[in-house]
Amino acid sequence: MTPDTKEEIRDAFRRGIAVAIAASPFAVLFGAVSIDNGLTVAEATLMSATLYAGASQLVGVELFNHHVAPWLVVLSIFAVNFRHVLYSAAIAPHIRHLTFWQKATSLFLLTDPQFAETERRADAGIRVSYIWLMVLGFSVYVPWLCLTVVGGLLGNLIGDPRAIGIDVLLPVYFMGLVLGFRKRANWLPVVLASGVGSVLAMHFVGSPWHVSLGALAGVAVAALLPLDKESAAPVGDVAEGEA
Amino acid sequence: MENMFHMQTLLIIAAGAVATYLTRVGGYVFITRMKRIPPRAEAALNAVPAAVLTTLVAPAAVTGGWDVSITMAVAFLVGLRLALLPMLAVGWVVVMLLRHVIG
Repeated sequence: MTPDTKEEIRDAFRRGIAVAIAASPFAVLFGAVSIDNGLTVAEATLMSATLYAGASQLVGVELFNHHVAPWLVVLSIFAVNFRHVLYSAAIAPHIRHLTFWQKATSLFLLTDPQFAETERRADAGIRVSYIWLMVLGFSVYVPWLCLTVVGGLLGNLIGDPRAIGIDVLLPVYFMGLVLGFRKRANWLPVVLASGVGSVLAMHFVGSPWHVSLGALAGVAVAALLPLDKESAAPVGDVAEGEA
Repeated sequence: MENMFHMQTLLIIAAGAVATYLTRVGGYVFITRMKRIPPRAEAALNAVPAAVLTTLVAPAAVTGGWDVSITMAVAFLVGLRLALLPMLAVGWVVVMLLRHVIG
């Protein structure tokens, strides 16, 4: 192992652990909410292991409890995870040099922080290596699984989620994610359209259609509003930046 | 084993996992094959996260009862300044106060 490789592993591990600590309440929360919504600890852990996408896991598990049609649960998971399409498109120039299997495996670990760290490393002019991606990913993945189990075991002990206030954590968490996107073009009109659309759909159509109908309202507003010049830049240039 | 897993849940998780993986490789596959995304499609894609996540917030804040509405309002103001975790902590403290001290 060269000193460079050692340094890469150390850097990836250090960053990964920081992400894992920040994400730990959500892993525990997911485990606890899963049990509250009728999943077993094994099912919750399997979901963490195979989806490995916090927000969508929480959305999926929330819908399990509403006796929603299975295809709609899957569609909701897909909708919440759709942002990864943009992530993998954006990091394409940084991972082009990897082999097919290296890309196939490292992209499985693509999460919001994995994306952010990859972009930051590439911005700093450092080549993004396979070992760096995998160490970063797994130092988040392994704690995520372990803490899902912990949350699931705790969830079995929790009686009424309202009494200990965990029922508001999810809406607050999602609101935090929404606020995190507030620098984006047309954020306010999109959020207003989705918010009003979902409340109206909840009232007139019912759950869970408020999710798709409200989201549709927001996306339609974004597509119809005047475009700003920057977002119209050709994407191909970005992808070819580092051949 | 039978008590640990339910068939329908397993199928949903498997399908959800496949759908999630497709989003993770989809952008790469797509962008390396195409030169240009129509600007309006890109604007629509760009709005997807906020649009979807808002639908999980607004109905809860409006119809979840006065304690939830107040908590969400406070958390919103906190969220404009602080990160996700402090925001969650404040939201939790507020709802516990409303339910157990005031309510």
